[in-house]
This record gives sequence, C-alpha cells and structure tokens, in this order.
Amino acid sequence: MKLLETFRTGLEAVISHRLRSTLTVLGIMIGITAVILTVGLGEGAQQQVGSAISSLGANLLIVSPGSSTSSAGIRGGSGSASTLTLANANVLANKTVAPDISGVAPVVSASESLTAGSTNWTTTLVGSNASWLSVRGRSMAEGRFISGHDVQTNAAVVVLGPTTASQLFGGADPVGQTVNVAGTPMTVIGVLTAEGSSSTTNDDDQAIIPITTAATRIIGGTSRNNLSSIYIQATSSQTLSAAYQEADNALLSLHGITTATNADFTVTSQQSLLATATSVDKTLTVLLAGIAGISLLVGGIGVMNIMLVSVTERIREIGLRKALGATPRVIRRQFLVEASVLGLVGGMLGAVLGLAVAIILPHFISNPIAISAAAIAGSIFVAIAIGVAFGVYPASRAARLAPIDALRSE
Amino acid sequence: MTELGTAGLSFDDTQPVRIDDTATVPATSAPVIDIEDVHKIYQTGTLEVAALRGVSLTISSGDYVALMGPSGSGKSTLMHILGCLDVPTSGTYRLAGEDVSAMTEVDLADVRNRRIGFVFQQFNLLASLSAWRNVELPLIYAGVDRSERKERAMAALGRVGMGDRVEHRPGELSGGQQQRVAVARAVVSNPDLVLADEPTGNLDSVSARDVLNLIAELHDSGRTVVLITHDAEVADAASSSIRIRDGQILTPAATSAGGPA
Repeated sequence: MKLLETFRTGLEAVISHRLRSTLTVLGIMIGITAVILTVGLGEGAQQQVGSAISSLGANLLIVSPGSSTSSAGIRGGSGSASTLTLANANVLANKTVAPDISGVAPVVSASESLTAGSTNWTTTLVGSNASWLSVRGRSMAEGRFISGHDVQTNAAVVVLGPTTASQLFGGADPVGQTVNVAGTPMTVIGVLTAEGSSSTTNDDDQAIIPITTAATRIIGGTSRNNLSSIYIQATSSQTLSAAYQEADNALLSLHGITTATNADFTVTSQQSLLATATSVDKTLTVLLAGIAGISLLVGGIGVMNIMLVSVTERIREIGLRKALGATPRVIRRQFLVEASVLGLVGGMLGAVLGLAVAIILPHFISNPIAISAAAIAGSIFVAIAIGVAFGVYPASRAARLAPIDALRSE
Repeated sequence: MTELGTAGLSFDDTQPVRIDDTATVPATSAPVIDIEDVHKIYQTGTLEVAALRGVSLTISSGDYVALMGPSGSGKSTLMHILGCLDVPTSGTYRLAGEDVSAMTEVDLADVRNRRIGFVFQQFNLLASLSAWRNVELPLIYAGVDRSERKERAMAALGRVGMGDRVEHRPGELSGGQQQRVAVARAVVSNPDLVLADEPTGNLDSVSARDVLNLIAELHDSGRTVVLITHDAEVADAASSSIRIRDGQILTPAATSAGGPA
C-alpha cells in the first residue's frame, strides 16, 4: 500500500468520524488555548511588574560628588564637592569601560527664573544630554527632546515639564515659543509627559537645556564643568551590580584614588527596590513554569483519553482491515496520520484562538497578555506528541493481534 | 435468481485478468486447502479449551464444501484458521501448496488480501464508508490504482445487484443488501477461495436465499467456496459437506472435484 493511500485513508477516517474528530480537535484546541492564555497572563504580569519596578528606578545608579572641606575645616556634606566632570561622564558612557551601562546622563542643576512674555516662574533648571530622557524613564508629550546636535552646538533650546509649561503659557502651545532663561532667550522644543511628584522633588516642574548651554551660557566661570550628579542606567536590573562596579572602578581610577574608602564621590542605587525586583521575578518565573506545566498536563491527559477511547472502539475496524489484507505497518501508519492530523488541526486552531483571545481580552480586563512563541510552539508540540503516542500505541498493539481476536473484540 | 443468474455469467468476463485468476487455474483436483492434524487450544486463565483436536482435511480447487456442526463444535475456529485469521496451536496448513504456518505476518496479510475472500455473519462493513468504498478496501491494500479500484468496486457491486446503491452507507441498507455488499467485497480482489461464515445467520429467508444464490454463482465461476453453517438446509446448497463436532471431523471430506449442486 502506497504512502499516499495511507495518508488518504487516515484523512478520510478523520473526516468520516466527524463527531469524534471534532471532539478530539476541540479538546486539543481548548488545551492549547488554555496554555497560551495562562502563560500569556503570567508573562504579561511579569512584564508589567518588571516595568513598574524599573520605572521606579531599579536599574538606576546615581553618582554624587563627595564632601568638600572649607579652609576653615567645615565639611560641606555629601554633594558639596565639585569632583565630577563632564569628562568623567563621557568615560562612563564608553562601552569598553562599562559594558553594562546603557545610558549616562550628566546633570547640572540650578534654581532659575524663567520668563515668557510677562509671565515668570522659578523652577529647577537642569542641564543634561540626549540620554536624560531614557535614563530618567520619561517621555515626550509633544515636540522633541534635546538632541546630541543641540549638545554639540550649545543650542539655545529648552524642554519644559508639564507644570512649568502650563505655568508659563497657560493653555497655549509652548512649542516654538521663546522663554527667557536667566537672561538668555531660548526656544521651547518640547514638553515632557506628566510623571507625578515624588516625596522630595516635583518631576513635572523643571526645565531641561543642553548641558553645554548650561555650562557656557547659564553657569559659566570655573565651576562650569562641575556636575551636580551623574545618572547611570544599567542595561537591566540584573546587571545593576556589575554596572555599579564598573562605574565605581572607572571613577576611582580617573580620580587617581587607590583606597575605595577615600573616594571623593558616592554611587547610590535603590538596593531595596532591586531586592524586591529580583524576588518578584523569581516568584513569577516559578509561578509561570507551574501554570504552563499544569496546563500542559491537563491538556495532555485530555488528548490521551480521547485517543485511547477512540482507538479502543475501533479495534474491530483494525481486525477487519487486517482480514482484508492490511499489514500491521499500514494500520500503524493510518493511525499515525489520523493522530497527527487531529493534533495539528487542533494545535493550529488552539493557537489561533489563543492569539485572538490574547489580543481581544486585554481590552476588557486590565491585565496585559503577553504572546509567547515558546508557549505556542511547546503546547502544539506536546499536544501532537501525546496525541500520536496515545493514538498510535494502542492501534499498533491492536494491529499485532490475530485478526480474528481484533474482529471479535467488543 | 434469473436476473442475478444472468449477472453471474459475466463474473469472469468483466474481471481484469490476474496471474492467480481462477479462470487460468485448471479445475483439477489439486488441493487448495490441505490441513493435517491441526490442534487449536485456547487458554483462559488456567483453563485450557481444545477447540480443534487433530483435524485433517483437504479441499480441492473448485469445490463447494459446507462445514457443518453445532455451535461450540469448532467449525468457526477451523474457518478462522483456513482464512489465516488465526494460527493453529499445532499441525500444518498448506494453502495452494504453500505452508501458511511458516509465513510471516506480512506474507499472511498478502495471502488474505489476494487469495481469500471473506463473508461474515455480522457483515463487518465499515459504517463510515459508502458501499463502494467498503468494496474497494481489499484493492487499496493490494496497491491497485484509484481509478481502477472504483471501476472494479462498481462492477462487483453491479454483479451482486447493488449497482444502484453504491453511495449508500451500510446503515442505509437492509441486512440482505449489506451482505450482498460484503459478497462484492469478498470477490473484488478476485480470490480463488471464498470463506463464508454463517453468511445467512442474520438474514430473513428471502435474503438468505439471495445470498446463497450469489455464493453458488461464485462457485459456478470456478472459485473454491467453503461455507460454514449449523443449518442443514443451508448446507444442502453445497456440493459436499463435512461434519464437525467437539473439534473433530465426523464425516471425512469428499475430495472429488465438485460440480454445481
């Protein structure tokens, strides 16, 4: 018997046993949909928690200058020294020096008065570079942020926080307007989205200008290259401690300090946040693996039962086919084709249904559902493997019986 | 009978000629079936039941033999062994000169496919397939092309008077009609031996007569037919009969080349 004929026979058996095939496909389909959705919900939750934690700054390091001591012997406290320079920040941004650092935003800040027409408003003026936006995890409500070109050319441009913008311009569109910053006219190129205020600072009330502009036009003098702080973003929360080491070592060697306790700067991270992020991550991973495993097990047992019942009630058919000249190999192949077709069709439909629900459901519930290719591929593979194993094994056992024993079975 | 009889005359004319076609086998008394001292013991737990106790039997080519006996006599077991559906516990079985007891599973499947046609009491049609699809099954396993299969299945159904119901499923046919489909399936691969196990057991007397007439036509066209029954009236249709009781043969087989009854 030709392979094509076996394939056709198997396919026809699937089609002619409509109810049984539909039920089998339905069982596989539901199982796979369940796996895709539960894994998707789990992964969605993991991503949501992860991004919530990282927006809190779990992969953020802040380098502050050390303390200064005046000639009278009065120590100025942390941050009072002027030991951090733009050159330091540029070294940290070098990928070969610090591979685990993804962004460096040197910052100078000062309280300045801004004037737009007849309105004035005093706010925190921040001088930084193009990385500031991503390092601080902010986004633009309108317009654009400071570019690398703006920094190189000392451009007279300013990005306003939403509170600052509404204080200066009311409801009018600030982009393209001119703001007078400490006597220097600057063009508003964008407005940040609202972030909310933390306990110590109002992140929505500030004005950001290129750091070079701040150094040359606002601050000037000898302290113009001194930074208030350097914000460092690690590539992920996992690499935070590596990024910490890299920043610490680089600055120690730049400043020619051999003993870490004598450092003229401090690197701080939000250690408690990081610990929380790590433990949440671990818990969610275990939860996810558990959900996926149980869903696959339940789906697999469903497929197994349907296949076992379906083959058992067809032992007479196997006996008859043998009496008419089918060899055990042909019988095995027929059931292999049947089981594979059912598994494949059920798997595909389950994947489509799972994807559809994963796309539609988040519109009605607040939880996001991540679409995981691994979950889709894994569940289809397991469904087909179980279907084939439990469809072909009893069929091949029946095919080894004497035809008459199979024919007489009830 | 007249209409069916006319159809019966064309049995060999419409069949594609094959090497093992009965038409090419001279109707001599060369034994088709030759079994010697066959025993069959069924083991049920610790209990051993001897269904056949030393059966020896020869059936010549072209014979129409009825195997008779009450239920439990071992006649069905004997038929299953003759049809290679079961293997004897001991003894030898030669089918057309070939030692079947030494054959592999694959060779046995080939023997069942090409040499033997079965007609069962329970019809044993696949409920999900139409009449002609049931009839073509042996041809699928023989590796016959799709178009030729359909042609031969249709022709076989025509010869048993079922030409107008080829697309009906078994559930849509009466018992007599189902058994005719089963007869068509038994002969579609043109075997030289037809085994019928209580073919009329589930039929009313009119359908039973029809089916027996069909089987008689198979014999008329040169095939060897072994009919199993407990009914003496049915056995009368055959040219000779062998009685079996308690797993042993009572009357020795008439080995003459049987003509039509």
